[in-house]
Amino acid sequence: MGTSHESAGKTLFEKIWESHVVAREPERPAVLYVDLHLIHEVTSPQAFAGLEKRGLKVRRPDRTVATMDHSTPTLRRADGSLPIVDEQSAAQLEKLRANCEAFGIELFALGDPRNGIVHVVGPEQGLTQPGMTIVCGDSHTSTHGAFGALAFGIGTSQVEHVLASQCLLQRRPKTFRVTLDGQLAAGVTAKDLVLALIARIGTGGATGHVLEYAGSAIRDLDMEGRMTVCNMSIEAGAKAGLIAPDEKTFAWLEGRPRAPKGEAWAAAVERWRQLPSDEGAVFDRELAIDASALEPRLTWGTNPGMGVGIGEAVPDPSSVGDAQEKAALEKALRYMELAPGKPLLGQKIDVVFIGSCTNSRMSDLRDAARIFEGRKVPAGMRALVVPGSHEVKKQAEAEGLDRIFREAGAEWREPGCSMCIAMNGDQLSPGQYAVSTSNRNFEGRQGKGGRTFLASPPTAAAAAVTGRITDPRTLLG
Amino acid sequence: MEPFEKLESRVVPLVADNVDTDQIIPARFLKVTDKEGLGERLFADWRYEADGSPKPDFVLNQPRHQGAQVLLAGANFGSGSSREHAPWALVDWGFKAIVARSFADIFQGNALKNGLLPIPVDAEAHAALAAALEADPAATVSIDVAAQTLTLPGGEVVEFPLDPFSKHCLLQGVDELGYLLGFEDAIAAHEARRA
Repeated sequence: MGTSHESAGKTLFEKIWESHVVAREPERPAVLYVDLHLIHEVTSPQAFAGLEKRGLKVRRPDRTVATMDHSTPTLRRADGSLPIVDEQSAAQLEKLRANCEAFGIELFALGDPRNGIVHVVGPEQGLTQPGMTIVCGDSHTSTHGAFGALAFGIGTSQVEHVLASQCLLQRRPKTFRVTLDGQLAAGVTAKDLVLALIARIGTGGATGHVLEYAGSAIRDLDMEGRMTVCNMSIEAGAKAGLIAPDEKTFAWLEGRPRAPKGEAWAAAVERWRQLPSDEGAVFDRELAIDASALEPRLTWGTNPGMGVGIGEAVPDPSSVGDAQEKAALEKALRYMELAPGKPLLGQKIDVVFIGSCTNSRMSDLRDAARIFEGRKVPAGMRALVVPGSHEVKKQAEAEGLDRIFREAGAEWREPGCSMCIAMNGDQLSPGQYAVSTSNRNFEGRQGKGGRTFLASPPTAAAAAVTGRITDPRTLLG
Repeated sequence: MEPFEKLESRVVPLVADNVDTDQIIPARFLKVTDKEGLGERLFADWRYEADGSPKPDFVLNQPRHQGAQVLLAGANFGSGSSREHAPWALVDWGFKAIVARSFADIFQGNALKNGLLPIPVDAEAHAALAAALEADPAATVSIDVAAQTLTLPGGEVVEFPLDPFSKHCLLQGVDELGYLLGFEDAIAAHEARRA
């Protein structure tokens, strides 16, 4: 018998954290080493300007990779051109190109076959690997945790810190294990699972904690589903989301351009097998959810925690005691222009958006295509399908998915963040209702005055072909 | 950054929970390559009509709140995106501190790096401040960074948490990067070990 400390074992988070702490002084945050720094056009220009002002270099350009995604156009014109929507976006994209050139950073620029959404291309290129620390000036960096990497979003000041020192000053977060056991029912996806979790604990429910997702429902997910779950960790306020690497992780990564090769691959896999949380490791918090009881979910309100099962009614503020909670519900219902206590099923929809770093990968597109196939988007309704990367686009086209979407009357677009953040011209008009596979339903997120219902690709596709909120299970053969 | 030791100020009440960074500064204003002038865009969709004119009932547009340097928010302020444009916009408007029930992690870190002090308070102190402002919108609070205290309009002194390093940076008006760069040897050693 060891001491209680030894027998407790270590969590996946603790193993990664401890192997990356470079230094630690009393009363000071730890100096944490960053293995991979991903960059995009929106949150980096002021960081590079800061470096220039101080006369600093990028310490490890070889650990830094940039892509263009937020402001990139997705609508190719009939003449084959892909014009950037406005001069400010063009200037910001050009700034990223110039900064990458000046500081020697590899850039997946617009037009590069490796280009796409940062959290899609990182894993796709094999840059994302188990046991790494990964940061990006983007809150959805939590996505990479699906590979057992400690990955989190940072602000622009911290982007500058990492560029200059390859390190960050960090206070150690707490750990929170969510165990999801049971088999997901047909038509229920990773997105529904994570939306259920956020509705349960709230958008600040995991603040200060790194989530580790465990249980049979997580093990059963494919890597893309795991990325969807980890992606939304930030919507529960978590520092990061983690899933222990396993054979699925290794199989998914093997042979990718930046994954280790040959002997280095075998050695890496051996190392990665040591990462999962030890038996008996102690977490600061624990929660268990029965995944088999879940149904497709939608958000009805203005933050990702305001969600219900697809058959349920939206809340009625008159039944809520707490004055502040009541006011928040009323405000959200007013913005969404929804009647309290009524079901969402049958709600008329104007736009469907299938895309974003949450749900724009092959499995998402295949799930959506199954519902689009042989059906039509009703007149007056718009459906956009935006692949997460050029790699995804190429593969989807090889499988004929683009044809299914086009024949149904959906728009098959070029890759990018697109209508998730509405910076590139793809946006809702005021008052429009959208079902979106993206990650945020905040007021105006998809365009000023726009109203977003967050959902899975099957649920979004079901809305696209019926013009209304529809249970996707009724359309699955 | 300028050193931040003490402050006495009126308070702008915006007491809603889960105010996200898309409300603090909508994404369409993130196309800039500098930090200038973002205060104009602060809470843009709550603050301006479709034609760009100010909405008279929004707190930031009310004459009595001009010049205030403290914001009173609800729980989980700054949730959502990592955009540092949010604290840049708040600072550019003139805010130096935000009192709230709680803050989102990334926002809190970003705020401190820009000399904007997040002050988390418990439900009781929060309610007391909100009530005092309702009774007298011109009431002031005072903040003492060294003592980590917030003095409410009625004179009640509330202590708030602040990690020692952030406190040091605020009081000295220095940023973190200088400290971090001092670890060059340890960083190089770590790289050599893991290579």
